[in-house]
Amino acid sequence: MTAADVTSVNVASANVTAANVTSGKTILRRAGDRGWLIECADRHPAEVATSIRAQPWASGLREVVPATTTVLVVAETAAGMGKLAAGLRTVLDGPGVHRTGPPPGRRIVIPVRYDGPDLPEVAERLGLAPEEVARRHGAGEYRVGFFGFAPGFAYLDGVPESLRLPRLSSPRPRVAAGVVAIAGNQTVVYPGGTPGGWHQIGVTTTQLWDVTAEPPNRLAVGDRVVFEAVTP
Amino acid sequence: MTVTSAAPGRRVRTRHRPPDPGTGPEPAVLTVVQAAPAASVQDLGRPGMAHLGVPASGPADRRSFRLANRLAGNPEDTPALEVTLGGLAITLSTTRHVAVTGAPAPLTVDGVPVDGAPRLWLRAGSVLAIGRPWAGCRTYLAVSGGIEAERVLGSAARDSLTGLGPDPVRAGAEYGLGPVRPVPAIPLELAFSIVPHGGPATVRFRWGPRHELFDAADRHRLTTTPWRVSAQCDRVGARLTGPPLAIGSVDLPSEGTVRGAIQVPPSGEPIVFLADHPVTGGYPVIGVVTDADIDLVGQTLPGDELRLAPVH
Repeated sequence: MTAADVTSVNVASANVTAANVTSGKTILRRAGDRGWLIECADRHPAEVATSIRAQPWASGLREVVPATTTVLVVAETAAGMGKLAAGLRTVLDGPGVHRTGPPPGRRIVIPVRYDGPDLPEVAERLGLAPEEVARRHGAGEYRVGFFGFAPGFAYLDGVPESLRLPRLSSPRPRVAAGVVAIAGNQTVVYPGGTPGGWHQIGVTTTQLWDVTAEPPNRLAVGDRVVFEAVTP
Repeated sequence: MTVTSAAPGRRVRTRHRPPDPGTGPEPAVLTVVQAAPAASVQDLGRPGMAHLGVPASGPADRRSFRLANRLAGNPEDTPALEVTLGGLAITLSTTRHVAVTGAPAPLTVDGVPVDGAPRLWLRAGSVLAIGRPWAGCRTYLAVSGGIEAERVLGSAARDSLTGLGPDPVRAGAEYGLGPVRPVPAIPLELAFSIVPHGGPATVRFRWGPRHELFDAADRHRLTTTPWRVSAQCDRVGARLTGPPLAIGSVDLPSEGTVRGAIQVPPSGEPIVFLADHPVTGGYPVIGVVTDADIDLVGQTLPGDELRLAPVH
């Protein structure tokens, strides 16, 4: 951290350590020359990322990457990392943010044929009929938490308690695009071409990831997703 | 460091045009005569898409890559070839300037050694061969006008982690060349690349974001160990070997990672993330190599000694 960085941080009366800036509930951890890793505390990382992207200075950011409990922010240049920290704290701790909040994500409906190869075993392990697993999965509303693991791989949060299972002990080497699967409190629509250790309960013909499209993603962080059962 | 292959049907643009004197000059083409064990098309990658799970990719040594393009008169983002450990031979259908930067390697034109000038005037039909580097591991070859390759998500960079971008460079592959550009008049002796030279390489890093999860002994060990680059080093990352850090397994949810991140898996042997690193990771990152020094890590070979020096 340069002297200039420390100065601007001090002006904002925050506690400065060698690599962390703490203020209120928010902890900013230094992540390289151009990065801050934000610990989101009680706020949802998707909301935090949306709030950051809405700032006028967000054009100076190369990456805003929400994950399970954090948001990574990477600037285009290493100059002004202290100023960036101050701006981030304003977004995170500022009084206005909690009142207005980011606009809610879009609601996306994905038709699913619940006939995945793992559905019978999932049903047996949960002590439910396969139709009931499908009904409960389709009754939920899920939220796009973040993308990771592979291009277009969106973690959707909100699998009901009664459907939660740990991942497969041995992942499949390749999972086709459109496969709908569950693991823990998350569900996913596989983007294609990746290995996969989740329980495959269905398939959709809706293409959610297409590298030839602009943009390539149909889902965005913060969107709400509903699955609608269709008959084979 | 899993590698998935490209989607079926995605291939290097290949041209098989019969001679047709009626339609003007032949297209300008680079033909791969002999393929290197690991050569790929790169440009400056896909920054800004990490939130969609897309790695930035791009050259492992960005400084040498940019230099090659500047010497060839190209914008810095123009597609060019990254050649790991030599072994590549190419020919052009038309006479052009070519620039060779990065790891210095023996060069021959039609079998005749040429001295180490970073820019050559390569005549149509002559074969330029790049041998195994004397130092470093990645050599860059840029042609005036640039090469044309498939762009995926806006970039012609081959990402070895996800398979995005053009196929790896294979013998017989042909790439179109862009319009010839004037090359800049610059003193070529100033056009040097930075690579490890046999002695220990020292790279600077910044603590964080998760250095506080490590005890003082681990932090001391990170900065005092003469680490060795292991055989597990590729465009995704370089694993270091040495006395392992004692942190063991840490319960940390996945979080965004940056190029240069020094990630410590439960084995305690650090991995330095390079161009094709995954966008998120679940192992603690004790520090991040500086932007100025990460290109040097991209030039290290298995067995090279690497020292990590903290900056504050």
